[in-house]
Amino acid sequence: MNMIVCAKQVPDPEAPPATFKIDTAANKVIPPQGVAPVISPFDEQAVEAALRIKDAQGGKVSVITMGKNLLPDVVKKPLSMGADELYLLEDDAFENGDSYSNAYVLSLAAKKIGDYDVIFCGRQAADWDAGQVGMGLAEMLGIPCVTVARKVEAADGKLRVERVVSDGYEVVEVRTPAVITVSNELGEPRYATLKGIMAAGRKKPTVWNAGDLGADPAKSGGAGRKSKLMKLFIPVREGTCLIVEGESAAEAALNLALKLRADKVI
Amino acid sequence: MADAKGVLVFGEVADGTVAAATQELLGVGCRLASALGEPLSVALLGPGLTAAAKEAIAFGADKVYVVDDPLLQAYQPDPYVAAMEKVCAQASPRILLLSQNDVGRDLAPRLAFRLGTGLSTDCIDLCIDESSKLLLETRPVYGGNALAQFVCEGCSPQIATARAKAFEALARDDSRQGEVISIAAGLDASVVRAATVQKVKEETEGVRLEDAVVVVSGGRGMGGAENFQMLEALAKLFGGAVGATRAACDSGWVPATIQIGLTGKIVSPTVYFAVALSGASQHMAGCSGAKNIIAINKDPEANIFRAAHYGVVGDYKQVLPALVEKCKELLAG
Repeated sequence: MNMIVCAKQVPDPEAPPATFKIDTAANKVIPPQGVAPVISPFDEQAVEAALRIKDAQGGKVSVITMGKNLLPDVVKKPLSMGADELYLLEDDAFENGDSYSNAYVLSLAAKKIGDYDVIFCGRQAADWDAGQVGMGLAEMLGIPCVTVARKVEAADGKLRVERVVSDGYEVVEVRTPAVITVSNELGEPRYATLKGIMAAGRKKPTVWNAGDLGADPAKSGGAGRKSKLMKLFIPVREGTCLIVEGESAAEAALNLALKLRADKVI
Repeated sequence: MADAKGVLVFGEVADGTVAAATQELLGVGCRLASALGEPLSVALLGPGLTAAAKEAIAFGADKVYVVDDPLLQAYQPDPYVAAMEKVCAQASPRILLLSQNDVGRDLAPRLAFRLGTGLSTDCIDLCIDESSKLLLETRPVYGGNALAQFVCEGCSPQIATARAKAFEALARDDSRQGEVISIAAGLDASVVRAATVQKVKEETEGVRLEDAVVVVSGGRGMGGAENFQMLEALAKLFGGAVGATRAACDSGWVPATIQIGLTGKIVSPTVYFAVALSGASQHMAGCSGAKNIIAINKDPEANIFRAAHYGVVGDYKQVLPALVEKCKELLAG
């Protein structure tokens, strides 16, 4: 099985909300001080999904990461988990893309790697939360796509995918090549081993720019956007929480019940 | 599509009637269509939808496009994208709206890429810009830490998916008149590349989370599966349901089907008890529509107290038993 995983470097979504700041003039998020970026959590789970197939039947896992200011320690994490190759797509022309132009550039990279059976993506990235790129990539490559997977097994040129729906799950069979987007229900991604970290440190990523991919500048990055960002802002939250107190936790609970009844909440 | 006109809603039917989410889409669609002075239409896919078509008109649609094909019996992405491509070619809408749910989340991006146009998913506000007449699409980003507003210029249709319960349905009016148009899908079974072979229901018993008037949710601070029984006890008093944060679900304490948040269920109950959960933006995305949020957390600095209306700072293991007792007494009296 030849597998590709798309993994994005994003600001740490677990960073305290108070560290989240926006440059409203530039409509951009200011990276929080002292909080290192991470691989988007769903993308890490996509790496895990690929590695489980590699464990079961062997294969090769190639990771594509597109972005600017990529930190080696961050983007090499999939390698240290057990992925085989890392491709970094770095070019100013790729900057400020939306789902549409990002899927376009990723589709060129997938074609250049070639000979893939499965492409794994996270169900959505922790920055823009759009949840479009995996399906867009499949459309652009002309291959099928199954979304929100919690389990993926490969057999006889087919993938058997359990996908999460609101009241349970569905089992979907799809022929390869296909794109699969992965959700957190897949389970925790594995930790990097010391051996993996050492090996990843020695491994040199392949870096591709727009010229290497033959990317049309008009379709890439900000120029290729279908959707224009007009405003980015932090919503105002009113801080009107009434803290109900008491001599003890139990008394506070009693007072809470009385207050809720008095206010006709219950 | 320079002559693109009107608003088209992708409609869903549940148990023979227009789904609540679709009623909401028709509500916002009607507002957008009137702002443009153009008609509102709805696409219904699948067999036996005559009654639902009438109902969609009662909820605001001027036109109903019905695509009846055996391959559209239940949602599968490939035939649905193909059918919607046909509907869009015939209806040529300026705006296309879908729900951000199991189906819309899976269908909208495929359709947007197939049609070569832009899409904003999970919108919580949609309106028409007065000067440009373009759709202004506002959606939470960065796990709900920020809001972003987008427009899609020079492409049509402009596509958006709407978050559940973010928009109001119109009151049903059975005297409304509308037109029903049949479109032949002309689908061949070979279109299906990804086939659903099995559906498994895992939903817990009792009242559905989305319908519950009272929801009691627990987070990472619950510390274990067995402690959720305390939440059950409180929920049961009010005929409510128990929910959980992603952290609690990922820990395996409770099933993933009760996850509330950005990638889980969206609830808007009258009362939302948030127990031992920090109130991360990703979780609040699923419950910020609650009328009253009551936080119980031992950390006075927890983010949940910024979103809550009432709060008790304390260990839930001490707070909950007393709260359950007192509520029981008050409800009985």
